[in-house]
Amino acid sequence: MAAFLEIENVSKSFRGLKAVSNVSLNVEEGGMVALIGPNGAGKTTLFNLIAGVFPADEGRITLAGNDILGLRPDQICDAGISRTFQLVKPFPDMTVLENVTVGALHGAQNIQEARKAARNNVELLDLANKIHLPAHSLTLPDRKRLEVARALATRPKLLLLDEVMAGLRPTETDEMVAVFKSLNQETGITILLIEHVMRAVMSLSHHVAVLHHGKKISEGTPGHITQDPEVLDCYLGEEEDV
Amino acid sequence: MLADLTIKGKAGLLLILAILISLPFWSSSYIISVATITLYLAILGQSWNLMLGFAGLLSLGHALFVGISAYLAAYVFSVLGLPPVISVFPAVLLAILMGMLIGYLGFRFSIGGVYFALLTIAFAELVRISVDHMGFIGGTEGLFLPVSEGDRKGVDLINLRGHPFMFYYLAMVLAFLTLAGCRTLLKSKLGYYWQAIRDDQDAAQALGINVFRYKMYAVIYSSGIAGVAGVFYAFYQNSLFPESVFGIERSIEVTLGPIVGGVGSLFGPVLGAFILTPLGEGLTELIDFLKNSGIIDPKLKLNGLKLLIWGLVVSLIVLFKPRGIWPWLSDKLGFCRTEGD
Repeated sequence: MAAFLEIENVSKSFRGLKAVSNVSLNVEEGGMVALIGPNGAGKTTLFNLIAGVFPADEGRITLAGNDILGLRPDQICDAGISRTFQLVKPFPDMTVLENVTVGALHGAQNIQEARKAARNNVELLDLANKIHLPAHSLTLPDRKRLEVARALATRPKLLLLDEVMAGLRPTETDEMVAVFKSLNQETGITILLIEHVMRAVMSLSHHVAVLHHGKKISEGTPGHITQDPEVLDCYLGEEEDV
Repeated sequence: MLADLTIKGKAGLLLILAILISLPFWSSSYIISVATITLYLAILGQSWNLMLGFAGLLSLGHALFVGISAYLAAYVFSVLGLPPVISVFPAVLLAILMGMLIGYLGFRFSIGGVYFALLTIAFAELVRISVDHMGFIGGTEGLFLPVSEGDRKGVDLINLRGHPFMFYYLAMVLAFLTLAGCRTLLKSKLGYYWQAIRDDQDAAQALGINVFRYKMYAVIYSSGIAGVAGVFYAFYQNSLFPESVFGIERSIEVTLGPIVGGVGSLFGPVLGAFILTPLGEGLTELIDFLKNSGIIDPKLKLNGLKLLIWGLVVSLIVLFKPRGIWPWLSDKLGFCRTEGD
């Protein structure tokens, strides 16, 4: 059976620099896959290719068998993919609830329904006591939570998380991991995440892919990856020094 | 609309309504003419604010939508005798088509921010110069509506001929309809989407919003409201000149009320119009009075003084209350309910 999200030999260059080079990756439906690698490895570029921010130079990306490469970001969202931004993009002059309601309006029948759904997502991400604050007044960890709440509110089948745990305390990381785990179990949502926090990667992902200089250098279970000498050499090894 | 207001806010609104409705019974015809223009500018401010304050689109060519609609309604009235109650439809449609043309070019080719504003200026100027050369609608000499002796008495809403009080009350009704309409839009899906696009276009698009389409809706509503105001203007003024209708000063004038009152707020454009227009008119009156009473030299030319004072007010607002007077004022007075349902 074909995978839910299939990335086939995708490449993208910026002014001659190969940001993503011939990368293939499959994500099974209901799977939780982590994308790791050093800074500048091309992880976010790959996300942007999936999310329709810019076109790929070559390759193919399909979701449930349908070609999605070349669609606009809003069409990608319609197709069932929602993403967060590494550099968070809240709607600063709107409140937390309004921010999430914008997401919830995707597919909702009316404002009341959207606000109700948004409220649930706000509570899920532990922002209930800040629900009527303008987004510009939130701290960075709260903005990360807002990104997730807003993306989830569109009711995606596939959620792309770009470093949403960065800046969270270990207990907060565990809380968010628990949220994703229960969502995955309850709704069957598929998650592809970029993450540097190995604590989260280890406990969350079923499968890990490692990017380095735009190429996929390794792939496998979290246990397998941590034993791979090439991965230790270019990425994980460094982290132990820090 | 009442749900947003506290008891104090409702009382304030009632008081303002009472003053506005009773105004013709205790003030002068001069005050009524100032109040009519104030309400007219409040409508236009609302229309302009819908684009910038709600959707983040800066228009500096709003006079185009007003003027093109005013000209069409005036022309078909003077030539065919078609009453404005009918011609308002093609006139508003023309304004909307103009808006859609500018919007299409701007959004299709991703002309953002200040460059979009330049595009709106360019179109307004293009039409101004074109109308200047169109003899059949009067060209530079202007287009005049036929006015007969009895026209300034009575009430004829079909042909928009009547007593100045009729225009005053009509402007009031239109201003309230615009305010209520904008509020409904702001609280709807459209309003949420516009604000999202205003705050962060990329994030909005990632949440499934067709940015092009929703920006077009903003331009359509905004130019449509301006078009309605344009028909009112034509029949209130009875004379249209390319320079005084399409000139950049007219477009700038539209922006000042919302900037002073508060861009993005619902009452801001109304408040701004009620601060600036009486201020400008009062100043003109004051200068006339000083000239007539010989305190200043009657030959002294002070034509630009109104604009100078307006510029000063806008500068002060931008410096000290960049979000406008209304958000600050409603906070001070406790007029608006803070959200917490």
